[in-house]
This record gives sequence, structure tokens and C-alpha cells, in this order.
Amino acid sequence: MIERTPLFNLLSQLLLFIGLVISVLPFFVVVIAATHNLRDVNAVPMSLLPGNDFVANLTEAWTRANFGVKLINSVVFAFGVAIGKVVISAITAYSIVYFGYRGRMLIFWLVFITLMLPLEVRIVPTYAVAANVLSPYQGILDLTGISWLIQHFTGVQVALNFGLLDSYAGLILPLVATATGTFLYRQFFLTLPDELVEAAKMDGAGPLRFFWDMILPLSRTNMAALFTIMFVWAWNEYLWPLLVTTDPLKRVAVVGLLDVVPGQDSIPQWNVAMAGTLIVMLPPLVIVALTQRLFVRGLVATEK
Amino acid sequence: MAGISIHGVEKSYGKTPVVHGLDLDIAPGEFIVILGPSGCGKSTLLRMIAGLESITGGEIAIDGKVVNQIEPRERGCAMVFQNYALYPHMSVADNIGYSLKVAGVGKAQRRAQVAEIAASVGLDQYLDRRPANLSGGQRQRVAMARAMIRRPKVFLFDEPLSNLDALLRVQMRAEIRRLHRQLGTTSVFVTHDQAEAMTLADRLVVMRAGHVEQVGTPAEIYGRPASRFVAGFIGSPPMNLVDGTIDAGGAFVPAAQPSAALPLGRTDLAGRKVLFGVRPESIRLGPAGSGQTTGQIDFVEELGAHRVIHLDWAGQLLFVLLSEPAPLAMGAMAGLAIAPTDVHLFDAETDKRLDRVSREMIAA
Repeated sequence: MIERTPLFNLLSQLLLFIGLVISVLPFFVVVIAATHNLRDVNAVPMSLLPGNDFVANLTEAWTRANFGVKLINSVVFAFGVAIGKVVISAITAYSIVYFGYRGRMLIFWLVFITLMLPLEVRIVPTYAVAANVLSPYQGILDLTGISWLIQHFTGVQVALNFGLLDSYAGLILPLVATATGTFLYRQFFLTLPDELVEAAKMDGAGPLRFFWDMILPLSRTNMAALFTIMFVWAWNEYLWPLLVTTDPLKRVAVVGLLDVVPGQDSIPQWNVAMAGTLIVMLPPLVIVALTQRLFVRGLVATEK
Repeated sequence: MAGISIHGVEKSYGKTPVVHGLDLDIAPGEFIVILGPSGCGKSTLLRMIAGLESITGGEIAIDGKVVNQIEPRERGCAMVFQNYALYPHMSVADNIGYSLKVAGVGKAQRRAQVAEIAASVGLDQYLDRRPANLSGGQRQRVAMARAMIRRPKVFLFDEPLSNLDALLRVQMRAEIRRLHRQLGTTSVFVTHDQAEAMTLADRLVVMRAGHVEQVGTPAEIYGRPASRFVAGFIGSPPMNLVDGTIDAGGAFVPAAQPSAALPLGRTDLAGRKVLFGVRPESIRLGPAGSGQTTGQIDFVEELGAHRVIHLDWAGQLLFVLLSEPAPLAMGAMAGLAIAPTDVHLFDAETDKRLDRVSREMIAA
């Protein structure tokens, strides 16, 4: 039901405005705090008028957390996860929806189950695998007695080791292999009429050609949506990068905030911390602003 | 040009059979229309020819080559779909030229060919538009152009006109016929619309529940329906069908009212239970007492060009189609004249047509 009375309009405008204030207020406080000096930021109550130390705080945060390196790491990490997700999800969903092979439903359900096991739940085994990608194979060799046999006959002890700690691959890969995007694509593919596939078949297009010429252009908005969501999600990811990277030069920007957020018994430089936060917040904002138009279309409706 | 031969073709989905051992030979250049109610397997048959459905049993050969295991693109068929299935993100020109692009034809040559085909179906003004910005008729033309550009051996049409409004449908029908005359390409056209089927077909295939009921020219099918189903399915208003028996004198005796016997001279069928059929336009009405029998006028449907009289005869509703205006009063009695040659008899058990076995046929 759509009401169109002045009073109702006013009321909804008012509600929206209150909502806006509530959601923007913390952001506003961050910006203001980033402009204060040490004394003003710790004043109670903190002045909500901007101070003069904005640039100084930004520079201080930038150098202290070494954001130059960490932002690049973050960009590589977030782009890697977002692009990897978009590609893997599109291919997986394409296979599940358009091909009738044996075990298709099994694969579908395996993918589905991973939805119930987010990274936080399986972080210990995932870390173990990232620390040594070959450890599951080592386990298989040990369990089946093959490594014992090899040692017995050749005297060589089998100890497979291939670690991904402190590397981009270790950061990115475990976050790429999850199911969310696959579902977005699957639902979208199911809305495409079967005749489209058949017409393309009659026109002589094979599966790869169809994927390239039909699926990709038609799912452009979905890709933009998935890319944006995944970029922001990966950018904000904290736990996994914290675990898997120990080298300060390999850390991402969000983890880098640790260097500017004052700990216990240290000088409460919240002005620098807030300036650092602003720096870290900026790239996802830019991405959302750039893809926003496509993003909304991709989530709201499928293009006719 | 290529002929299609279909031998013992079967299709089942899981354990459910949909098409049962179907045989059909289509001559090169022929325009075949497959007609049947929905769910009779006609689209399935078409899709098996196209290669979009696998063939469970039997053989389909195009141009003498068995195509059972051949990919759709290599069968040389082009198909027009019911909802057109245009590529929504491509311009009209790209839609039409897509098969050439896939085949690796160069851009310049592609554009020339697209322009030529588009002109032949009157689309040259719309080449840059997206399908979403076209009317139903224009989309239909794009779908046709897309099929034509490949110069296929066989055209397949899957109820392509059913999404159009009535007037446009008649226009497109004429256009399809014109294109077929120009190109002479073997065509298979599936529809459930009998008017469409009658006007388009060189030969008509009437299907029912996965079987072919009858194959023949539209005139043959209309004039000598092979079974009760065909008789009832083709023609509007439908053929009048009445249950009864043939008596010793060769007259038809309606089951509901034995007193209304109608002499037919079919002594060859004496004693048989039959279904009596007569087309509404084959009954002539006269004053009460004239003709062979009498019926009561129930209701007159005035349709302008002609009129349909609902008549009560022997406890049955009969339709009579009159092209001339006639002063008919509701409730009045009228005499019915039916020429024995206009009567179709069907076996009450097998539903098959019972033809008079003529002396010539016995001699032959």
C-alpha cells in the first residue's frame, strides 16, 4: 500500500532523517576526533567542533602503521578475494546449473554445506592447511602406510611441506573458496530462459562460447554486486589476516590499525587512531561509490 | 534442400513414454505442419529433430544422414522458438548475425549478410535496437531472420505465432508462407492452432498422445478424417458426432432415439456399432417434413458471415453452419437433408474410419 498524504510523507522523511543521523553520527565523531590534538581528544566531553591537527594526525598514523605497504597489501588481498570469488562462483554455478553430469547434486550440496561452515568456525584446521598445504596428503600417506613403506625401502622420510603463511596466496585462497557467490549466480542463472541456451546451441555456440557471449554480459550487474560485497568484506576481514601473517610487511591495513590504536598503559592517542581509521575506510568507500549504480541493479532486479 | 525421415522414433522421460514409435517421411522442400493438442509430443518431436532432446529409440535422418548422435549445430537445422529466445543484451544485428560470428565469418561480410536478410523481412530500420525495444511482430521477424541467415537445410518452428495477437498472426502466417515459397527450404512447423495448420501446410500431421493419427494434405484431413479424434479436432464448429448402429437396411440408427433412423445405404456395415459424423456445413435445413429427418431448432448463433444453428436431433446437439441468412424461429421444427457422401462413419470400438469398400477396390 502506498500512502500519499503530506503528514505521512513528513513522518517518513523524519524517520529516515533520524536513521541517517544515527548511522552517520559515529562516522562524524571519527572525523572530528581525527582533527583534534591529544589534549582535546581526551577532553570530556570531546568538542564536536573540528580542531586543527587533521593533517598532522594523518601523517603520524600513516608513518606509524606503515600504511603505504599495508594499503597495497590490502588492495591486493581484497581484489584477489573479490575477483577470485566472482570467477570461482560464476564457473561453479555455470557447471551446476547448465550441465547434467553424474554427482552434480552431490557437488551442489557440498558447496551448500560450506555455507554453514564460515571461516571463523573452521579457522584452526584452515590455519593448519595454510601452514602446510600438503599436510592432508601427508596425513593420507601416513594413514595408508605408504610413507612407512617408502621410508622402509628407500630410507627417505616423507615430510611434505608447502606453507602459505605470510603470503598473498595464504591470505586470499581460503577466503575465495566459499559458497555465497555460487548461490547468487545459481539463482540468477535459473532465471535465464532455457530457450536462450537452446537458441545459442542452434546458432552453433558451444558451452564456453555461451558462457562468454551470453552468461558474462547478462550477469554483469550481478558480478558488480558480488565484487563489491566481497571487496568490502575482504577489506574488513581481520581475524584471518591477523592469524596468517606475522611479518609486518605482509600485514593488511585493517590489521595495521593495531599499530595506531592505543593499548593499555600507553598514551591515549585516539586522534591518531581515528586518522588511521579514516585512511583504512577510504578505499572500500571509493569502490562502493564507483560500483553503486550497477550494484543496486544487480541485487534488486535482473535486467530484462 | 533436404528431406527428413523419421523411423520408429521413441522418446521417454524416465519411464514415462511421450512419443511411441513414430514414422514420418518429409520430402525435400515440403512444408509440414504438426498439429495436436498440448502434451501430444509434437514439440518433443520437433526438438528431437533439432537435437535439443535426445532420441530414446529409433532413427532420425536429415538429408539421408542419421543425426541421432550429431550435435544440433551440425544438423543444419534452424529453429524459431515460441518466445523467440532473442539474446537480450545484443542488438538486432548481433542477434541475427550471431551464428555467423560463431562460425568465424569476418565482420564486414557478416554485416553485409545481416543487412540483406534484415531487408528481406523488413527489419533494416531496426538493426541497432535491442530486442526489448521491439514489438512482438518485430521480435518474431528477428527470430526468423536469425534462422534464415544460416541458410539451413531445415527450418523448425515451435509454435512461433502463439504469442502474437490475432491480426499479426494472420500477417505472419502469410509472410512465413511467402518466405517458404521464395526459399523452398524444408520446414517443420508445430502448432495447436488448426487455422494456422490448415493455411500453412503442404501436408499436415495430426498427433495425439505420442502417436500420429493421420498424415495428409489439409483437404484430405478435413475431407476424410481417419479417426474420431481427427474428425473432432479439425474444423470449427467441430464435426457432429452421434453414437448409434447400422441396421440391416444400411440406415444409421441413433442410440438415443432409434426412431430417427437415417438411411445411408451402408448395408456393408449392417449390425455394426458406429459413430456417425457429419460436418456442420454439410447439413441442409428445409421446412419441417423435408429432408430425411427432422430436428428442433434450439438456438441461432448469428456470426455475420455465417450462422451456427444449434439443433436438437435424436436427443443430441447438432451444429449446422449456414452461409445464407435464413428465417429460423427458435423452437421451430426443421427438416434435415444430409447427403450420404457427406457422412463419415467411424468404428465405435477402434474409433477408425469405416470407408465403403468399393467394387474397384475389391477388384484391385
